[in-house]
Formats: sequence, C-alpha cells, structure tokens
Amino acid sequence: MDALKDIGGPAQPLLTITGLVKHFPLKKDPLGRGGGVVRAVDGVDFEVLKGETLGVVGESGCGKSTTARLLMQLIAPTRGEVIFDGREVGGRELPLKEFRRQVQMVFQDSYASLNPRLTIEDSVAFGPQVHGVGRREAVARARDLLARVGLEPQRFAERYPHELSGGQRQRVNIARALALQPRMVILDEAVSALDKSVEAQVINLLLDLKAEFGLTYLFISHDLNVVRYVSDRVMVMYLGQVAEIGPADALYDAPAHPYTRALLSSMPSMDPDHRTEEAALAGDPPNPINPPTGCRFHPRCALAAPVCSQVVPEPIATGARHAASCLVHEAGSGHPMAVPLARAA
Amino acid sequence: MTTMNHPTSSSSEPMVRLRDLSVSFSGGRKPVQAVSGVSLEVRRGEVVALIGESGSGKSVTLRTLLRLHPERRTRIGGQVQVAGRDVLAMPARELDDFRGKVASMIFQEPLLALDPVYSVGAQIVESIRRHESVSKAEAHQRALALFERVRIPSPERRLAAYPHEMSGGMRQRAMIALALACKPQLLLADEPTTALDATVQIQILLLLRELQRDLGLSVIFVTHDIGAAVEVADRIAVMYAGRIVEEGTARELIRSPRHPYTIALLKSRAHGALARGARLETIGGAPPDLSALPPGCAFAERCALATDACRAAQPPVVELAPKHRARCIHTDAAAAIAPTLVA
Repeated sequence: MDALKDIGGPAQPLLTITGLVKHFPLKKDPLGRGGGVVRAVDGVDFEVLKGETLGVVGESGCGKSTTARLLMQLIAPTRGEVIFDGREVGGRELPLKEFRRQVQMVFQDSYASLNPRLTIEDSVAFGPQVHGVGRREAVARARDLLARVGLEPQRFAERYPHELSGGQRQRVNIARALALQPRMVILDEAVSALDKSVEAQVINLLLDLKAEFGLTYLFISHDLNVVRYVSDRVMVMYLGQVAEIGPADALYDAPAHPYTRALLSSMPSMDPDHRTEEAALAGDPPNPINPPTGCRFHPRCALAAPVCSQVVPEPIATGARHAASCLVHEAGSGHPMAVPLARAA
Repeated sequence: MTTMNHPTSSSSEPMVRLRDLSVSFSGGRKPVQAVSGVSLEVRRGEVVALIGESGSGKSVTLRTLLRLHPERRTRIGGQVQVAGRDVLAMPARELDDFRGKVASMIFQEPLLALDPVYSVGAQIVESIRRHESVSKAEAHQRALALFERVRIPSPERRLAAYPHEMSGGMRQRAMIALALACKPQLLLADEPTTALDATVQIQILLLLRELQRDLGLSVIFVTHDIGAAVEVADRIAVMYAGRIVEEGTARELIRSPRHPYTIALLKSRAHGALARGARLETIGGAPPDLSALPPGCAFAERCALATDACRAAQPPVVELAPKHRARCIHTDAAAAIAPTLVA
C-alpha cells in the first residue's frame, strides 16, 4: 500500500461539495396518508481545503451527521456531487473503495463502532488487510499506531473493546482510522461522549496526529468551545442548510447570521456574577419534515421581516472567505436592514 | 402528630444532611465502592451542584436520597436525612409517600423515565392522586396548570400526548412538571440538560432557576458540565472517586479553586479565551478503579503536586474560607497553579 499522493496541488480543495441533497421518504400509513420527506440535507455547498480543519456545528436535526455520512457514501445522496481532489467520488477515476481509503471516519459511540469479537490489534489491522497489505505487516503497523495513540501494544494489543475505557476505545478508533494512511478524517462527535479530562487528551492527540501525518479534518460537534479551539474554519448548519461559514475567529467574534449569534449566546456564561438572563432562542429546533418557507430560521429569528418568509437567502460574502445566508446582508433583498439596491450600486 | 415528631417544621434544619455517606455495590466480581464518606448539607431554598466525571459517585449520591438503588446488592453506610427524616430507616410504605411528595427527581433521558404507554397528562394525574385525595378533574386541572408553569405551548393538547410524540426539550419540561406535581420541597436533578442542544439546555436551566426561586425549592443538580452548574447553583461540590474533594460557593470555586483536581478540570476545558494551537492542559492517566481504591488521596496518582504524604493517608478536609473546603494537604501550592478564568 503506497502513501497517497496529492493530485491537484495545494490550492485545489481536497473536498468540494456541490448541491448536496438527502431526502428520506416517510412511510405512508395503510390509508395512504402521511408520506412526505425528511429534508435532512437540502442543498449544501462547501469546500474543505487541504490541511485545514473545518468545524461543523448546529442543533440536532440540522443535518451535520447526515452530511458526514453522505460524504463517506455510507448513504446515497438524493442529488449532489462530491469531488475529492479533483476527481468525482464513485466515478471511474476514483472508485468508492479507493476513496474510502483516503477518507476515514471516527464516530461518537466508541463501543458500537468496534467489533466486540476482535482484539483491538485485529480491529486496527483489519482495514489494511482488506486493501491488500499482508497480515504481518498490518499487525506491525497496528502496533505502531496503538503506541502512537497512547496505548502501549504490550499491554493493550490483545484486549477486547469491552476491556477498555471510553477514552481508550476512542483512541483505538482513531488508530484504526489512521491505519489506511488516509488524507482526510471525518470526526463525527468523536470526543462528545468523553469526560472533559479525557476529551482534552484526545483533542491534543488529534492535533498532534494532524500535524504529524498532514491530515485534513472535518470536525463535527455540538460543543462550540471545542469546535472553535480545533477548527480553522467553521460551518454553521440549520435545518439541512448552511447558515454561515467562515474563519473560526471571525465567525465567533463577529457572527454574521442571526442564528450563529443565537447559538453562541446559548453557551453557558461560566461567570457566577453574570449568569445568562434570557435564552437566545425559544423552543426546540423545528422539524425538517416541513421546514418553514423562505429563510428556514425566520420563525425563531429576532430580525425576521415579512420578506424572510418568502425569499430563500443566498450565501452573501460578509468578509474574507466568510459568507452568511441572511437577507440582512443581501443588498436589495427587501429586508428593512438590508442596503437598498440603488445605493449599493 | 405533634411538632416534636415533625422536625420538618423547623426552618433552621437543613433540607438535606448527608453524614459520612458510603455506598458500595456487590454483584460484580469485586464490590465497587461508589461513594466513600460524603458529607453534605443543603439548606432550604438552596441550589447545590454536584459535579464530577463518570464514576465520581455524583449520581449514586443523588439516588441514595430517594433510595433508588437495588436493596439487595447495595450497602449504604452513614446518615441520610431529608427534611429531618431518616431516609435509610424508612419502611417501604413511608418511602412511597416520601418519593414525589417530599423529594422528587428528574433524569437525563425523559424518554426512559416517562412511561411510554400512558399520555403524559395521565402520568401526572396518577402521581397527584397517589399522594392526595383529589378528584380526577381536579388533578387534571393541576396538571394543566403545571404544563403552563413549565411553559409548554398548547398545554391542553400536549397533556394528551405520549412521550414519543414530544421533542427532547418538551419532554424534559413535561418531566419537570411531573416531578413538581406533588409540590415537593426538594428537587433532585440528574444531568437534566446533558442530552439537549445548547439552545434548549439554556432554556431548561433558566426554567429550573425560575421554578426554584418561585417555589422556594431546594435543588441538588448533578452534572459533569461546569458551565451548566455555574448557571444554576449557589454552591458547587466537586466529586472525585466517591468523595467530595472541594466545596464552595459557585463564585469561589470558579475564581479561586484550591483542589488540584478542580483546577485541572477548569484548565482542561477548551474555552473562548484559548488560542488555537495552544495545547489543552490535560490530566494524565485515568480515574482509579473503584473496586481497589488506594489508601491515600485517590487523585494523587494523577496530581502534579502529590507527595508521599498524599499517598499514605486520606487528606483531611481543610477549611479555606467560610463555606469553602477542600480535601487536600497542598491547597497553598494549588493556589499558585489555579487558572484565572473569568474577568
């Protein structure tokens, strides 16, 4: 198994997603009522650049995990295109098996994602053997990787998943993801189930591995603090669409979308003298079965105007590599806070 | 009964008094010492947060207050008093009256805590009528008022809903309504916001704070999230390996933590002020095995300040300020490594 080569050069995005859509049909009842579709991901475009960490945040049901599963082709998209380093995934140039060697994934549930009947050494060595590496070499590499993620092979290699703690199991999952020497790793809530002190250890490990192996990360989490800390850029999703995307610091310091602002002000204050007095958003995230018309956030938005329920906002640049899908930023959109078209021109 | 038999009526009496509580579970290969010597008082109208990582004993401590552990496999030592009553000595009948009426609990996962085959309204009505002799119609009216109180939109319709028909935040509100149905004096909250989105978590935390204030409840709030604890608690107790290692007002605990474990916990959080690329400070190693606890401080193995004295014997509780205590012999040295977190 050779190391994987960069194809399009550093300037070409590693991953380009265009018009990604996933609708899950709902079952009809015996009388033919119901039906309809869950619009889990509904028109998502973004790029992941080589060597960066793109963080993805949003409430449950916003489509962040579905997006990850679509990228890995674990589920087939309804529509849309996934281009990996200039080549279409699943096309003749980049068959699925080859793509999956280059992109690996780590899941939230460290226990469910390991085979309980394989020792952790065998789990880590399994992938490379599927891709044609001999057993002895695969096991040797597995032991190296286990040592690299902080699990001494002499002590741990022969153990089964149930004999490890949650943090240790997640290290095994990370080692397994790296066994194929991928170029990109998708981390879907990979540290969310861990205790804070263990989470910090695993985050440090992820940052070290990224530097050592030149990896690109897609880091999905609901923990806004952790996402800011690990990400170069952050994408905020709401009901299957991208609300805002931009450099981590710019997005956290000056969020352009009202939803991002609400999300950020929902973080606990950590200050006993200035506790949060009012929740930024009322109610639960709405259901992606019948999403609101126009801007999907308008029923919960503090800045909503009549036009917001009619017009679907397009992403508008609000800074360097920073875009928000909000009519407030769209000149001539008809929103009272937007710049009128005549003056903008 | 006379007032003398009813210490509940004395207002100086703390709502909860735990004295040297120890809980161990047998049944596995080796007995597990989940709680070893917890003493804690909660005054009337006070909110105390118990924070700690998995296996620290925070939930076990909380569940002991309602005696929810399987009787045959659990050994409980020490004293547990709630509203002046000895919980460990209660006969089964009295315990049934006590649960829900004096002390009530909300859980992390309402979908597991609520009965899936009854509507939420029916469960509240049942709970009210178990404890009070009121008519069905009257109990229903009270259930409706409770749903309005916890701000469930269109409450009349939602009373008829089954738990699976509600969203996560709504279910948590319904469970709070159920817990408050019989006007308890003590609310025990076991990670009630952990499974929720941040936007919903803050709503539930604010609701709990408001209900606590309006109803004068005493609350014990168990969480692993310091941020959530700071939002609701007057006092915070930090648990590690079955012991309270530090206890103080929320302000003191955040501003001047003195136990190395509290300090390490605060430092290991990724937070806004942290530069990207700077390494997170971690606590090396893992929590100790509860079936083979060391004789000395359980944190010593992972502690940068540990000395031989720490490993030899249990460190005593050091009084640092009124209401601020830590179980550590190096609190002065710990002060030097404490983070300056908030402005």
